[in-house]
Amino acid sequence: MSLAQVETVAPEETGGSLGRDAWRRLRRNPVAIVGAILVIMFVALALLAPWLAPYPPDKPVGQVTPTSIPGPSAEHWFGLDDLGRDEFSRVLWGARWSLVIGVVSLLLGLIGGMVLGLLAGAFGGWVDGLVMRLVDIMLSVPGLLFAIGIAAMLGSGLDAVMIAIAVVNVPIFARLLRGQMLAQRQSDYVLAAKAVGVRRRRIVLGHVLPNSLTPVIVQGTLTLAVAIVDAAGLAFLGLSSNDPSIPEWGRMLADTQRYLSSAPLLAVFPGLAIIIAALGFTLLGESLREALDPKYRR
Amino acid sequence: MTSDGRADPGGPPPPDGAAASAGPAPSNGAAVPGEPLLSVRGLKVHFPIRKGTLLQRVVGHVRAVDGVDLEVRRGMTYGLVGESGCGKSTLGKAVLRLVEPTAGTVVFDGVDLGGQGPEPMRRLRRNMQMVFQDPLASLDPRQSVESALTEPLRAHGFPGDRQGRVRELLDIVGLPAGAAGRYPHEFSGGQRQRVGIARAIALNPDLIIADEPVSALDVSIQAQIVNLLEDLQEQLGLTYVVVAHDLAVVRHVSDVIGVMYLGALVEEAPSDELYAEPLHPYTIALMSAIPIPDPEVEERRRRILLTGDLPSPVDVPSGCRFHTRCPFRQPTRCAEESPDLREMRPGRKVACHWAEEIATGTIRAAASAQDPTATEVGTPAVK
Amino acid sequence: MVFRQRGRPDVRAVDGVGFSVAPGETVGLVGESGCGKSVTSLAVMGLLPRRGVRVEGSVAFDGTELLTLPPDKLRTLRGRELAVVFQDPMTSLNPVVPIGRQVTEVLVRHRGLNEGEARREAGDLLRRVGIPDPSRRLREYPHQLSGGMRQRALIATALACRPRLLIADEPTTALDVTIQAQILELLKTLVAESGTALILITHDLGVVAGMCDTVHVMYAGRIVERAPRHDLFGAPRHPYTGGLLASVPRLDQPRGTRLAPIAGSPRDTIAWARGCAFAPRCPNRVDECTCATPELLGGRHGLRCFNPLRSGPVQEVAPR
Repeated sequence: MSLAQVETVAPEETGGSLGRDAWRRLRRNPVAIVGAILVIMFVALALLAPWLAPYPPDKPVGQVTPTSIPGPSAEHWFGLDDLGRDEFSRVLWGARWSLVIGVVSLLLGLIGGMVLGLLAGAFGGWVDGLVMRLVDIMLSVPGLLFAIGIAAMLGSGLDAVMIAIAVVNVPIFARLLRGQMLAQRQSDYVLAAKAVGVRRRRIVLGHVLPNSLTPVIVQGTLTLAVAIVDAAGLAFLGLSSNDPSIPEWGRMLADTQRYLSSAPLLAVFPGLAIIIAALGFTLLGESLREALDPKYRR
Repeated sequence: MTSDGRADPGGPPPPDGAAASAGPAPSNGAAVPGEPLLSVRGLKVHFPIRKGTLLQRVVGHVRAVDGVDLEVRRGMTYGLVGESGCGKSTLGKAVLRLVEPTAGTVVFDGVDLGGQGPEPMRRLRRNMQMVFQDPLASLDPRQSVESALTEPLRAHGFPGDRQGRVRELLDIVGLPAGAAGRYPHEFSGGQRQRVGIARAIALNPDLIIADEPVSALDVSIQAQIVNLLEDLQEQLGLTYVVVAHDLAVVRHVSDVIGVMYLGALVEEAPSDELYAEPLHPYTIALMSAIPIPDPEVEERRRRILLTGDLPSPVDVPSGCRFHTRCPFRQPTRCAEESPDLREMRPGRKVACHWAEEIATGTIRAAASAQDPTATEVGTPAVK
Repeated sequence: MVFRQRGRPDVRAVDGVGFSVAPGETVGLVGESGCGKSVTSLAVMGLLPRRGVRVEGSVAFDGTELLTLPPDKLRTLRGRELAVVFQDPMTSLNPVVPIGRQVTEVLVRHRGLNEGEARREAGDLLRRVGIPDPSRRLREYPHQLSGGMRQRALIATALACRPRLLIADEPTTALDVTIQAQILELLKTLVAESGTALILITHDLGVVAGMCDTVHVMYAGRIVERAPRHDLFGAPRHPYTGGLLASVPRLDQPRGTRLAPIAGSPRDTIAWARGCAFAPRCPNRVDECTCATPELLGGRHGLRCFNPLRSGPVQEVAPR
């Protein structure tokens, strides 16, 4: 028995979840495709560097003197660096380090930011006030300067770089998540969930949090680009691992400064690598934002 | 048979045993029409206005609901009308304690909701549900219909076949079973509201507060939802509080109507009588302002136009809260003395010092006393 | 004045809509969301984006063809003789310019008044639209006014140049009924006193019943019924019109009657090329409705239907 006439659901609307919808839009966006290709390329090269690199990145494979650094050749695609190491292999391995630094610092920052944001967004009141004041203080210091300070304080080393970049990103994620959660908490569906008697914890974790994550994911993708650039920046300033055998793009840039006039390509290759990796994540992040933003929907 | 045992007055207990596991929930006794299910006394909701960033101090209050008494009897529909900002929605939410009342008591089926802690209150919610104005906003965009409908069942430990119950609910509200796997954005407005209604009835509640249930829908769809609500009331023995600005819709569904102005009830009457003879000046003006889809009637009607805008609920006028816009305002009492909601005759309550005089025509709407440039009282049409 | 136009983006939003308004006359366009009534008004005013939208047909304003008019000429005309009031006053008013300047600007530009005259005239206009304390309000910004006040300010700017044609697109939908009554009264006075032609676009049949001389009912981008208001409300012929009237509760009718909704939703339509777009929801559907396209026929009381309602309008349509 039915109380009202059964309505048909419009057949062309066979859509699916919001995620699938966003995925469709993403696939149709050329910017997203370009971003995705760059990102996939970067990740693939990074992961496969040990197999793709024709030479070891940390051992001299040819003869160089400061006055004659051989450029690209069939044998050494990007030429040799100042210590006679294969530049192409170093750039490949550098992708690996950039990816590690980027992902680890992003994850650390994301976790820290999410914990703080979740605390502030879920509890509100004085917890919120306290967390947000802390965040305000952290945000009042310019990002890179902040990172330099922390890295300098922690001493040199890759973990110091990663922690420094993570700490810089913590307040950004915290504020973003908290703002989203506060906005979502005002929404009708949260009230509706409360009205049917859903427990508070489940409302926060099951409704508020998932609906607040979209901009965090977008920000995370964009942050990966910034983290890669920041890591290079810190390395360039000498705030990175002292181990010369680690091919880090920023360090490679710094080390080849002296040869800018004689072998400019040594700076161009790692520089290009940084730009392409950062560009890939930025394009992907921006198109993700577009695809996931409800304002672009329908 | 899709309706639950609760639908029949004095019928057998629900076969699924859902109600029996309800903990401290009020007893699900035989529905006796006329027995008060909901009783609200002196309800106030004041929102503090804060200034300053670190040390916030309260600089005033928005008196959204400012002392409301009302009683809703089992099986009836109580309509709450008023214009935007009159506090009707806040009142509806405060009754369910979705907004925390500042003062007053709400007694639901013999239980004082004010004294309940979070967990007992949460359990009580199974008996009182809400239908929201915007069906899209009130459904989690990431939640499928099935998930939205099982959520209340899970929250209250509904035993047995939840998926079966979802199918049953969809059938009751007139949606195909295939709707279960779909997401809110895939439906039309009317269908979404059906989902919202299905969620509200999932736990066989006694009371449903419907906040503007049709105002977001297209005209041709509104009637479908109105009819669905009426059918459900009959089938499931529901009690409704319908909050809406559309007096025609409210009058159609309600047995008793309360008219709100600036946070307070100014008139309460059986719905037929309210149109036949509105007593409060605000109700008179409101009634006359509602267009009727009939040119013949429109040409004959006398329209009483109000001047000025709604005063701010932060700064409620002294005396009668309507006196600043009242076309029947008198030099005495109105500006000084706040009128109580009093029973003028059986079933007719009104908060106006001069209701008798206005009803008998001794006091007439002042045409010229108003700002002459702003409005004229009465249409130029045939009287 | 004769409007005849056909909008054709990717989807045919509006197709073959034609009507005319005389000075001092009010014409109503009625329909539900997505029926094309707002697109029609935008097309008439030349406010549709030029790219991606094709408008065909003719919009003649006092002998001037608006569709082929150069943009700058159209803009001048729009300020001086044509005016439009939209549903949402907040998006139509400039948020960072005081109300007064927005009104006086129009007066200075289009009526050639000087600043002082314009300010006096603006105060006068605000008073006429029922805004109390106009001199103070002139200095305020849109966000400082209430919704009703903003809508009245918008109407004041529209009236500033004494337009000969005013298009009001859901002018009162966002407002409370008591404010709505004030604004409708104002529009009525305007039409009666200054002979402005008014095109009123709304979904509210009650508003139409009290305001319009002629009513056009639109469905899925076409006019399905067109009649003087007394004919339309007294004896609606199209099942859609009848259905709309039967589905809204009336304040002045006894309670207890069950509403007769129209089945389905406005999304359930078929393409006009394949038949009558309303056929899937129509209680009066006959075989012809899904294989041939009905034309708008008839003079004073025009109708686009193969099987119209015969007599007693409302109760007959019970599609359950």
